[in-house]
Amino acid sequence: MYQTNMYEGMLAETVTHRGANGEVINAYFARPLGAGPFPGIVVIHHAPGWDEWYRECTRRFAHHGYMAISPNLYFRDGHGTPEDVGAKVRAGGGVPDDQVLGDLAGAMQFLRSQSNLNGKIGVFGTCSGGRHAFLAACRMKGFDAAVECWGGRVVMPKQDLTPKQPVAPIDYTKDLSCPLLGLFGNDDKSPTPEQVNQHEAELKKHGKNYEFHRYDGAGHGFFYYDRPAYRQEQAVDGWKKIWAFLPKYLGQ
Amino acid sequence: MCTMIANQTLINGSGKGTDGWFEVRQVNVSYDHPYHAPLEHALNIDFVNEAEGPGARVAVELTLESARQLVKTIEAVLARAGAGGYVDERLKAEG
Repeated sequence: MYQTNMYEGMLAETVTHRGANGEVINAYFARPLGAGPFPGIVVIHHAPGWDEWYRECTRRFAHHGYMAISPNLYFRDGHGTPEDVGAKVRAGGGVPDDQVLGDLAGAMQFLRSQSNLNGKIGVFGTCSGGRHAFLAACRMKGFDAAVECWGGRVVMPKQDLTPKQPVAPIDYTKDLSCPLLGLFGNDDKSPTPEQVNQHEAELKKHGKNYEFHRYDGAGHGFFYYDRPAYRQEQAVDGWKKIWAFLPKYLGQ
Repeated sequence: MCTMIANQTLINGSGKGTDGWFEVRQVNVSYDHPYHAPLEHALNIDFVNEAEGPGARVAVELTLESARQLVKTIEAVLARAGAGGYVDERLKAEG
């Protein structure tokens, strides 16, 4: 807990690292100043894109003592405003899951190369990024904690599977390799409360370490203060849940 | 995006974007998260030219009722144009 007589500082900047297929992508990297060691976290942006909210979110993790990196998952789709690039990706049906996992592996490797990492790395994401966070925690080794915020399409009917998203993430639940925190709004349409029930039932079935928190009066994206979906009370509580959950598994 | 409901169609025309007019080569229609409309999901239409980069885009984000009204209005206008003899092969060829 921050005290007013403590030193505080951070450095935040755009960096590059290797991603899927060894290709170079860019990323936003924010880390506390000081000797550390610090835990790391990979911050996965939402479907609307690698935008200002995600830069702020990345800095927020650094403010709370994490070396945070947010890879630009839309790097290969060209450059422009985050909205224009995001709209292009939206029209194309999103980015391929395997490519995302390759980019996240690169971000994880980037964190591991930092000399003042404490050895622990978490993963966080909202919306499609929440889905990616869960998928990464199942299909990749090396994450010590995962935070999935309203991950849409974790549960996917067969007709929604595409070459880019060929397997529903819920089908990988047995492979979940770290503790999972899930935050959901009960008015959400993707995921619906029923889909969250299915998600939770599968976690229970496989005996996974998880905690889900579901909020009444909140829908999709209730952290986004720049959207009508913002719900102050639920968002404040959700962040508290995150700050309580991560140190248990990542240290600080 | 969270719904992944999107269709793309090749078209011909012009659109006025932030840098002025450009040739529109494709329209992307989705029912997904909008950027500006205060809705969780909207009917989003992007007139684009991918060859000119992501910034060559004219975007609208509509409520469902507005989208349905737009479809009816376009159909009605095209029908009147056809009935009035204004739609000819020359225009089709130009298009």
